Amino acid sequence: MQQDDPCIKWVEEPKLGTAGMMYLPMFIQGLTTTFRHMKKSLSGGAVTVSYPEEEPQIDNPLIYRGVHRLNKDDQGRVKCVACFLCATACPAHCIDIVGVESSWDDREKYPESFSIDELRCIYCGMCEEACPVDAIELTSLYNLTGRSREEMIFDKEKLLSVFDATHEAEPMKSKELGGTV
Amino acid sequence: MGTVLIDGVEVEIGDDERLNGIQAAQRADKEVPHYCWHPGLSVVASCRMCLVETGRRDKETGDISMVPKLVPACQTPATDGTVFITDSEKVRAARALVEEDLLIRHPIDCPICDKAGECHLQDYHFEHGREERRADLQPFTSRRRSLGDTVTLFVDRCVMCSRCVRFCRETAGTSELMVVNRGTHEEIDVFPGFPLDNKMSGNVVDLCPVGALGDKDFLYQQRVWFMKGHDHVCGGCSAGCSIRVDENQDRIYRIKPRENQQVNQWWICDEGRYDWHYIHDGNRVAGPQRQADDQAVEWEAILDDMDTDLRRQERIAAVLSPFQTVEEAYLLAQYVRSIDAEALLGVGPIPVSGEDESFAQNFTIRAEKCPNRKGVEHVVAGLQGELLNWEAFQEKLEADDSIQAIWVVGGAPLGSECFSDETGACLRRRRTLIVQELFPSPLWNSADYQLPTPAFAERAGSFVNCDHRLQSVDWAIRPPAGVYTDGQLYWRLLNRTGLFQADVVRRELAADIGYFTLAAEEIPLDGVCLTLNHLATESTMVDSA
Repeated sequence: MQQDDPCIKWVEEPKLGTAGMMYLPMFIQGLTTTFRHMKKSLSGGAVTVSYPEEEPQIDNPLIYRGVHRLNKDDQGRVKCVACFLCATACPAHCIDIVGVESSWDDREKYPESFSIDELRCIYCGMCEEACPVDAIELTSLYNLTGRSREEMIFDKEKLLSVFDATHEAEPMKSKELGGTV
Repeated sequence: MGTVLIDGVEVEIGDDERLNGIQAAQRADKEVPHYCWHPGLSVVASCRMCLVETGRRDKETGDISMVPKLVPACQTPATDGTVFITDSEKVRAARALVEEDLLIRHPIDCPICDKAGECHLQDYHFEHGREERRADLQPFTSRRRSLGDTVTLFVDRCVMCSRCVRFCRETAGTSELMVVNRGTHEEIDVFPGFPLDNKMSGNVVDLCPVGALGDKDFLYQQRVWFMKGHDHVCGGCSAGCSIRVDENQDRIYRIKPRENQQVNQWWICDEGRYDWHYIHDGNRVAGPQRQADDQAVEWEAILDDMDTDLRRQERIAAVLSPFQTVEEAYLLAQYVRSIDAEALLGVGPIPVSGEDESFAQNFTIRAEKCPNRKGVEHVVAGLQGELLNWEAFQEKLEADDSIQAIWVVGGAPLGSECFSDETGACLRRRRTLIVQELFPSPLWNSADYQLPTPAFAERAGSFVNCDHRLQSVDWAIRPPAGVYTDGQLYWRLLNRTGLFQADVVRRELAADIGYFTLAAEEIPLDGVCLTLNHLATESTMVDSA
């Protein structure tokens, strides 16, 4: 790193004002924030819940980033066209796809296998963003558990079953493709 | 010498050069986009993507008079005084129009198109196209049909550049492909009953600037952006075509030609393009074995024993393989000669199949199905003073019973085993027989030490083709676990420090053997020609043909 690198912006530390030099005013300012939050919590506005006895409320499942699902089209086939864009976008490299030629007229290829390592996934939602056919989506299922690492690598069948389990509560997201948003 | 003016930059061209506008602009680092023009094919100027402004500069007065209309750069010769303008407003507008026109009927199926990522249409659209499309385009899929055993045509993706048609006519000489119908109904097709089945058919896929022609061998296997390309030399025949090996995580997905005007121009044959699957075959020799153990052993356990065994014998011999690089062959020769200074060196059997087949532009598929016969022969002749081919070596061996240990290197790909039961009978009678093979052969099965050897894409070093052109490459993929490359193995046996470095060995070799003198320097990508050195050292070569 060069000192005179034009990409580096050098910032001076701001000078302390009178209040800062007197110490106490800043001290009170900080504590005020603490007490404000304490008052809010004590009067019933706490955001923490006693999980697992109590389940958290998910405000908008459409923007929540939980377990993935693979959507099906109206004929019950997997929507995915095996374009690998999700695997390309994935920063954690947790998606593994094997694409093969499809026997359907409207589709050139489809995933023979599609697996996501749910432990490796960082739930960033980039796969959902990248998908050109809205085939992969993140649901609001968050309580994901398993007994082994192998079990947490979700294959195509498992991901499709997540769709079956959630598609009524959470419709597909894209408007053009039958979603609600 | 002539001077061409390109966007105000003067470019010199030689008297005997025949350049067009695209090539002249390349000299000035200006890229003129083009679909239909290819340096190896005739000019049709049909895609109109390379339209530029042109004119002439008067020699005496220096006045420039421009042609009012745009002209295709591919069809406009660059001569002394020619002026090209490649980035004016007019030119840019013309390119945007061409791009828009091509996209009216082009399916927007890039996510599932195998060409995406290396597609000229994509690249040019980003660079020269409009930001918004005025036509109402919906994503749709392309009709597809098979053109032959190797190629699938995606009809709607085609931009009708006709490169593939011209290639089949001009280079392959078989003319299977044609354009049917007219106007907007134009399509590439084959005549019913006459599929695309020439020996260079795979090249049409490389030529296709868009995703219209798909390689059946590669189709849907891997997205192009996941692969890394490595410059290499084809191991299929003694032509030694320059290739690019595209791999991902040490698995080859496809092989493409690399331009080398001295060897293969822009092409490779289908054999070279598709016959690499044996590299990932499960039956490959996966690690060292010992006849006595009858099971795989660790290298550590076998190397010292082998070395001791060899040193125990009075005289030893080595058979170098025409599949090895010259560096590897030289190291093995060094090793056996470090044990027995008079060790007998020979060249292994040369696999030959059919006859040389020539196509247009001197592209030839050679009958000798090994990449480095010339190189290895010169290593043997240079070190021994006499070249022993396989027959001569066996005769010598028959006559000399004092040789009791032999190191044999094979390395032939699947289906062209060099060592049958009959060949090498005289080898089996010796006390120690060490055989390196890619796939188990009868000779390998009867060897005392059964060692693996890498495939061509795993080798580092230099190959000398049938025209004495030496090309130096690094490995493209790593060999499977348990397989040492020949270089690593010999380097280790010679107790040299550090890792095997092919260019260090090449410099030693160049200093040692006259034929390789020119290989002492850095080798350019298209290789160096050793013909002169061959003529100078010919007296030591016994013709083994």
